[in-house]
Amino acid sequence: MFRPRPEARPATVSVLVEGRAVAVPEGASAAAAMLLAGLIATRESAVSGAPRGPLCLMGVCFDCLAEIDGVPNRQACMVPVAPGMRILRQRGAREALR
Amino acid sequence: MNIRLSDAIVVGGGLVGAAIALGLRDAGLDTVLLDEGDIAHRASRGNFGLVWVQSKGLGAPWYQRWTRGSAGEWSALAADLAARTGLDLALRQPGGVHLCLSEEEFADRAARMAQMQAEAGNHGFEYRMIRRDELAAMLPGLGPAVVGASFTPYDGHASPLALLQALHRAFTEGGGAYVPEAKVRGGSAAPRDFRVETAAGAFAAPRIVLAAGLGNAELAPLFGLRAPVRPQRGQILVTERARPVLPMPTTTIRQTGEGTIMLGDSMEEVGFDTGQSPPVMAQIAQRAALSFPWIADLNIVRAWSALRVMAPDGLPIYDQSERFPGAFTANCHSGVTLAGAHARLLAPMIAAGSLDPVLAPFSARRFDVPAAA
Repeated sequence: MFRPRPEARPATVSVLVEGRAVAVPEGASAAAAMLLAGLIATRESAVSGAPRGPLCLMGVCFDCLAEIDGVPNRQACMVPVAPGMRILRQRGAREALR
Repeated sequence: MNIRLSDAIVVGGGLVGAAIALGLRDAGLDTVLLDEGDIAHRASRGNFGLVWVQSKGLGAPWYQRWTRGSAGEWSALAADLAARTGLDLALRQPGGVHLCLSEEEFADRAARMAQMQAEAGNHGFEYRMIRRDELAAMLPGLGPAVVGASFTPYDGHASPLALLQALHRAFTEGGGAYVPEAKVRGGSAAPRDFRVETAAGAFAAPRIVLAAGLGNAELAPLFGLRAPVRPQRGQILVTERARPVLPMPTTTIRQTGEGTIMLGDSMEEVGFDTGQSPPVMAQIAQRAALSFPWIADLNIVRAWSALRVMAPDGLPIYDQSERFPGAFTANCHSGVTLAGAHARLLAPMIAAGSLDPVLAPFSARRFDVPAAA
């Protein structure tokens, strides 16, 4: 569904999406990294467990929640990638006490 | 002019009015429930959601008994509403704790609980003062600042929004008439003969129940009643959803059925100001983080304030007008806790035409005693 455009922005940053290395352009968001990794349903909702994925990509809809570098429920569309960033799907509600 | 006649009018579509209206409808009365619009001061939409017994009625054992009676009615209320509407009220009554963050708080609490037990007489009042070590085994991640807690088995919590929705749905599906945008502009009263003018038309009935929250202060005198209630602001913070972690509510912290953790509660005398204030919000968050340090890692996703309906002594007011029998008033700041009593105990009394003597101490006549010289 999504394809990179190396001619416009070369993929120079390597991050880990669900443990798999993905190369993304500098300045891209963690949500974009998940989409480039081929994930569509990037999380399961907190109450019913329904599949959800990034929608608005501008910080409004909260449907792109992910665990980023060990912190759960982050809005992946608002977090720029950094080399080695670890991005995991948000599976339901977070643990409060970890 | 067209006047809608019915057996009973309830003024106020919040938790108190809706619970009473449902009870009247279930007693077979043709009941009209008059409500305002979306911008009304609506304590029922800002509620914390405790079904709470242990802090109620120090020096007023009749209030303790009424509250506990209501908590006892709650499971039947929730089951009945679930059967009629399909709505899950998320009622849990595992008991509850009041956390003490210092030896001084613990000693004060112990004295308070002992006095309530003494005042309860042979009605009984079960409680335990629990020290930190035992408490830490009951509550995961308890903070080192907590020295102990009081526990009673009567406490619990529920979803206040689901309760409000379920009461309304059961009332209207049971044949009750709900009329929104019907703020009462005026009325006239004679014994068992009442008429009100609203933005949505005129209504008349031989019974009227004033359950308009803070609006009761102005309405009550029209019907030979008094309701000297004032607003008291409370602020609430809500965290993101988390997996179930808290097995029971505390006085100021509870985890909802959907997983959010609600943090309360302030008591501010600021009139009708429904704003929020960062110092109070910080205080709420700080106390929560002292109680359970892991709460500090959770994001706050919502916060709001609401106005409690507070009598001068903090107790409910229930009355029937002496001058105009058939006019009743109901006022309280515990619309969730007391919903069981309002729907299943108070409404049948109103339908029968007189308040039970157990409610006599709740009359506003208690405020008429002149202050000692």
